[in-house]
Amino acid sequence: MPTPDAITVAVNGQPLQVARGTTAAAAFALASAPCRLSTTGDPRSGVCGMGICFECRAIVDGVRHVRTCQLPCYDGMKLETQQ
Amino acid sequence: MTHAEVLIVGAGPAGIAAATAAARTSRSVLLLDDNHAPGGQIWRTDSLAPNPRDRHRDAALTSLQQSGAQLLFNTRVCDAPAPGILTTLSGEAITHIEYDKLILATGARERLLPFPGWTLPGVSGAGGLQALTKGGFPIAGKRVVVAGTGPLLIAVAAHLAAAHANIVCVAEQATLTQMAAFASAIASSPAKIWQGIKFRAQLRGAPYHTSTWPIAALGDTHLTSVRLTDGSRTWEEPCDYLACGFHLVPNTELASLLGCTFNGDFVAVDVLQRTSIGNIYCAGEPVAIGGLDAALIQGEIAGLAATDQLQQAQALHQRHATSLQRFVTRLEAAFRLRPELLTLAHPEDIVCRCEDVRFEQLVPYTSWTAAKLQTRCGMGPCQGRICGPATQSLFGWKPTSVRAPLSPVPVSAFIQFDLRTPTAPQEIP
Ligand SMILES: Cc1cc2nc3c(=O)[nH]c(=O)nc-3n(C[C@H](O)[C@H](O)[C@H](O)COP(=O)(O)OP(=O)(O)OC[C@H]3O[C@@H](n4cnc5c(N)ncnc54)[C@H](O)[C@@H]3O)c2cc1C
Ligand code: FES
Repeated sequence: MPTPDAITVAVNGQPLQVARGTTAAAAFALASAPCRLSTTGDPRSGVCGMGICFECRAIVDGVRHVRTCQLPCYDGMKLETQQ
Repeated sequence: MTHAEVLIVGAGPAGIAAATAAARTSRSVLLLDDNHAPGGQIWRTDSLAPNPRDRHRDAALTSLQQSGAQLLFNTRVCDAPAPGILTTLSGEAITHIEYDKLILATGARERLLPFPGWTLPGVSGAGGLQALTKGGFPIAGKRVVVAGTGPLLIAVAAHLAAAHANIVCVAEQATLTQMAAFASAIASSPAKIWQGIKFRAQLRGAPYHTSTWPIAALGDTHLTSVRLTDGSRTWEEPCDYLACGFHLVPNTELASLLGCTFNGDFVAVDVLQRTSIGNIYCAGEPVAIGGLDAALIQGEIAGLAATDQLQQAQALHQRHATSLQRFVTRLEAAFRLRPELLTLAHPEDIVCRCEDVRFEQLVPYTSWTAAKLQTRCGMGPCQGRICGPATQSLFGWKPTSVRAPLSPVPVSAFIQFDLRTPTAPQEIP
């Protein structure tokens, strides 16, 4: 049962329910998916949590290089690991 | 073009105090920050749980709201195209803001040092994991090792413990003697202490090791354990997360771009927080790593001075300068990096995370500039914010001058607006 404060996002195509206010970086962590693959193909996730390191960048609704650590999720948001 | 008599960059404690003090006059005051709410690092809003009641935070935010200062969030300063003008980026919209007086309150970030496995998902900065948790990641029941150095480790461990994380241990690289000297010094200090220390009691029994540091993060696609050492003994702690930071480095890129004079790694200021540029002030961590009290007091001094309330500014300085300076010196002494930390990275370990540049690729070079040109170290989107301080610690390289834009600007924004032409007619409000 979705709670009133829950919204649904998709992480790499898989639907995921998160509480409203959850950041996109936290949604990736909840889905156990990396935010991006590095230039040599290693999985990476956010490090600084404050918009500085760019390790949390991912594809958000088709837009690449979006930092996810300061980005709140919205209903229907599509998140993809950036290759 | 938006115009503010006093423009303040950074809505952490320093910026909040500056805006509040400046807005008491009838000047137009604009406070901007790249986050979606005021608070900076220490008062970052928790997106799910209501923030625990914090007298200082609540008082500061209420005064700010009542002050009449205008607030602008989700807005990042990315350039200073001409004297008296800053360029900001908000989403994909670029705007110029004109100012008479500018107060820089851009705070600090964690120093991150490379070691085997530090790029594995599950390994982050200490404040980084705290931010992820505040951003809605349920840390309850997860096993967390908190490591590195600085009072932030205790603050983070206490925060995570309160969110029901299982804190495996806190590994502080400083020695017990250093820590004890620091603790006794601040216990006798009349000033409010750096929040972290008082959380010590809230670690819920998690072991707090001094003279202990991580030497490797292990796991395949996600962290599974951390190898720790105290210099003689080495052991492994199974865990899900490693929150690891080595104290703080100041965010001085904007000050550097503006051409402010530096004193070592910090922005040089006078007793009124004035930089070498007459109408530009600086407060908080870019001036010295001095914790919450310093940020609040310096912010207030800057706000007063920028609005010609000079007597009050001077009085504040006289009342607090000595004790704040003493605290800065003690912090520095207590959390100085031990030399072993500078030899943790193996040749194959990545130093520049953006460009996957390995330690061995950097060894042949003698300067940051040469390494950048030859290996692309520091050329990725973080523009050396992480690997710059790391290579400064590891190789003694000094970062070179900062170039605009301070953070990557999406191509779409460039198309809409010419960054270097402040008078361009097609300004996006
Ligand atoms: C990750 C982290 C976590 C911390 N957690 C704690 C804690 O839990 N307890 C504690 O006692 N101390 C903590 N500290 C230390 C704390 O930051 C200081 O004690 C002090 O409060 C700093 O205040 P400040 O106003 O100088 O900076 P900050 O609080 O860092 O505020 C600076 C603000 O400026 C913004 N900013 C920077 N550059 C730009 C730009 N170009 N454009 C727009 N905005 C910009 C930043 O996003 C930030 O919001 C933490 C520090 C860090 C780095
Ligand atoms: S986690 Fe560092 S920029 Fe988002």
